[in-house]
Amino acid sequence: MTIKQEINQNAFGNDKNRLMDILLSINETQGYISRKNMLDLSQKLGISMAQVQETVSFYHFFSSKPRGKYNIYLDNSITAVMNGRAEVKEAFEQCCETSFGNVSRDGLFGLFNTSCIGMNDQEPAAIINNKIFTHLTPYRVKHLVEDMRAGKTTDELMYENFGDGNNADPDVKSMVSNHIRKKSIILKKDYIPFTFLTTKLKEYTPGDIVAEIEASNLRGRGGAGFPTGMKWRFGRRTEGKHRVIICNADEGEPGTFKDRVLLTEYADLVFEGMVVAAYATGSDIGLLYLRYEYRYLLKFLNRKLTEMRKNHFLGQNIGGVQGFNFDIRIQSGAGAYVCGEESALIESLEGKRGEPRDKPPFPVEKGYLGYPTIVNNVETLATAVKILHHGAEWYAGFGTKDSLGTKLLSISGDCRFPGIYEVEWGTTIREIIAMSGAENVQAIQVGGPSGMMIGMKDAGNMDNSELMKWYKPSGMMIAEKFFDRKLSYSDLPTGGSIIIFNNHRDLLGEVVMNFMDFFIEESCGSCSTCRNMPIIMKNKLRKILDGHGIRKDIYDLLNWGKVLKASRCGLGQTAGNPVLSSIFHFRHLYEQRIQSLTQFDSGFNLDEATKETKKYVHRKPVFHHFKTSETWKDQ
Amino acid sequence: MEGPINKIKISLDGKTIFAPKGSTIVEAARENGIYIPTLCHFEGTDPKACCRICTVKINNRLMTSCTTPIAEGMEIESNSAELNDLRKSIVELLFVSGNHFCPTCEKSGNCELQALAYRFKMLVPRFPYSFPRKEVDASSPKIIKEQNRCIACKRCIKTIRDEKGRHYFAYKNRGQHLEVVLDPVLGAAMPDDLARKAMENCPVGSILYKEKGFDEPIGTRKYDKQPIGSEIENQS
Repeated sequence: MTIKQEINQNAFGNDKNRLMDILLSINETQGYISRKNMLDLSQKLGISMAQVQETVSFYHFFSSKPRGKYNIYLDNSITAVMNGRAEVKEAFEQCCETSFGNVSRDGLFGLFNTSCIGMNDQEPAAIINNKIFTHLTPYRVKHLVEDMRAGKTTDELMYENFGDGNNADPDVKSMVSNHIRKKSIILKKDYIPFTFLTTKLKEYTPGDIVAEIEASNLRGRGGAGFPTGMKWRFGRRTEGKHRVIICNADEGEPGTFKDRVLLTEYADLVFEGMVVAAYATGSDIGLLYLRYEYRYLLKFLNRKLTEMRKNHFLGQNIGGVQGFNFDIRIQSGAGAYVCGEESALIESLEGKRGEPRDKPPFPVEKGYLGYPTIVNNVETLATAVKILHHGAEWYAGFGTKDSLGTKLLSISGDCRFPGIYEVEWGTTIREIIAMSGAENVQAIQVGGPSGMMIGMKDAGNMDNSELMKWYKPSGMMIAEKFFDRKLSYSDLPTGGSIIIFNNHRDLLGEVVMNFMDFFIEESCGSCSTCRNMPIIMKNKLRKILDGHGIRKDIYDLLNWGKVLKASRCGLGQTAGNPVLSSIFHFRHLYEQRIQSLTQFDSGFNLDEATKETKKYVHRKPVFHHFKTSETWKDQ
Repeated sequence: MEGPINKIKISLDGKTIFAPKGSTIVEAARENGIYIPTLCHFEGTDPKACCRICTVKINNRLMTSCTTPIAEGMEIESNSAELNDLRKSIVELLFVSGNHFCPTCEKSGNCELQALAYRFKMLVPRFPYSFPRKEVDASSPKIIKEQNRCIACKRCIKTIRDEKGRHYFAYKNRGQHLEVVLDPVLGAAMPDDLARKAMENCPVGSILYKEKGFDEPIGTRKYDKQPIGSEIENQS
């Protein structure tokens, strides 16, 4: 079928709310979405071309220019950098004869950088035509490129064994490993999925289920920690023609990969959680928003749904409850971190740019297509089933007083055993270091880049009181004197991303800069603050790293970071955290880099600025009021 | 204190005011002769708090007053040193992230960004200028889209539509590469009144009606005569 035909008779009925699916299908078959396609689509959907382009240009994996036959998206998260990404990148550039961000002249290869693809425990990793390749080395890259030049399919490119568990499933066939290192109440396979649904659901009223979840004190596991039972109750309360349950599988926080493992090994549990949540809230529409990076799981997950329909776990009168009708559709994302924010995710589900909405109204009042919508994280839904199966009382036996139960941690970075650890709330940072086999730890990043950095040598005598008045991290980079702090909603809340850095890492130059680049790349740009401020902060940090910093620059960073707090969503509000939390916990690193006695330094580099001129006039300009050592020396 | 019927009571900077149920904080304040600075907000359209200048504090949380509806007993902090500095820094941020050269701009005196800068007594922005390279799109027969001055406020996106509801303007790209572009197809046959309206609705000088300089000389324009917000503050 040609693209023209596809646009004319697509499976989505020219519904502009399904624009994402239409674009994904064109992007997949043709490799890119041309101007002509957008024009045709706009006529078909009754919107302007600029509106189609608005969505196309928002998502990282949509291309409006022809891409290669093989498109290589190399992860640029910090753990990839720490595991030799630079060499792998260079090898790709040499072998493919093009540079990143471009397509090779023969049209064979497209090389692209991409934000964390959820493979932090097996970096460097890349997505090649939707297939994941992990543990890349320059040697392996050479072979990959040779095979691609020989025209092999992505399946044939893989020499490696399939990963463990369902990664070897015929519908997955992936070399990704699960690396489950510690199982507790959620990951233990002591429960046959759908038992609750088939045997017990009938005995509960929807209100009972909400009450049980509220009694368990379960809080959202995506990072924000909103009480799940309350969300369900609110969603249930709002009148609507339909109600919607959304499973948020858009984990994009660099360093998290727990949802990937849950979807690979515990998909049934997650889907059962969606069905139970639908029953509790009276929902009839189910949507799972799967991040594009996990598209290799799509076929497998759709098979699971088909099996469920066959077993009457989806469809009409589920679980023997008359009138309980519910089904689930999987919606693929197209590469945007901000879509993990629930209202941005809903916008994306409606075929638009993933720009967060202003609240109120909250999604539970007015969400997907205006219906009351409950958005839950993958882990939350899986946990809910276990709680209902065993009871809230049982669940209260785990964790701490204010944070019940367990949390899946995605641990990566400088440790011997990166992977998934299910720990009880209340676990200390010190225990995490011990269990992951990390040594000489300089810092720990809790909660990803939007979180906080915690480190070994904290300059405790620095005055941070001003900062602490308003700085509320959603997680953090932690220094050693805080290593006895506990993971809990009252102390160190986290969505589960833990990245460890040893003493050899350059925290500012390597880590913080990488995180700032991440926020700059992933900002939706809608708020004036988040669109502009991270770049200014990054440039300021660059100035300090280049040796032009003065003490005022540190205070500027602290003060300017405040502006971000006025942003609409969590991404914007936390976009300054890499800098702010590193100033808080690693002030000495900043103090070391600044010129402590200099009062003023504009950061202007005369040599750099006059480089071009010098080539032609064969002499160096001398400005006496710029009394830099360089210019004097050369005279 | 009993309020008028159908109105609810809120407290704004410690002052008790009454406003109709369902109004936003900005509307409630305006009704009571209090000006909360706004920039992207455009009366008559759904607010989409892009500029964040109308940020106020409720229960120690920052909220945008153009989108937040009032609720009985709400305590709002707006005219504080902290919030005014935040607003000022956002204005400065918008100045440094584009290329805003007021003396040569057709909109000078009618520009809301410029007017806000005067209101907040901005002299030199605290942030370094970024001098970005931006294109000027003059492909439409009716208007010029001057990207150097665009602050991505979404006003044109929301208000300039054809009879079928199709948007003439739309966002393109994201983050630092975000820009507002004119649809090439619709833009080629833009009706005259819509083109004028687009220029009027633009708070800055990013949308210019072609082949027409200006009627009013600089110095006698709207904000040359009175500061922005004074029409609200002086209404009673």
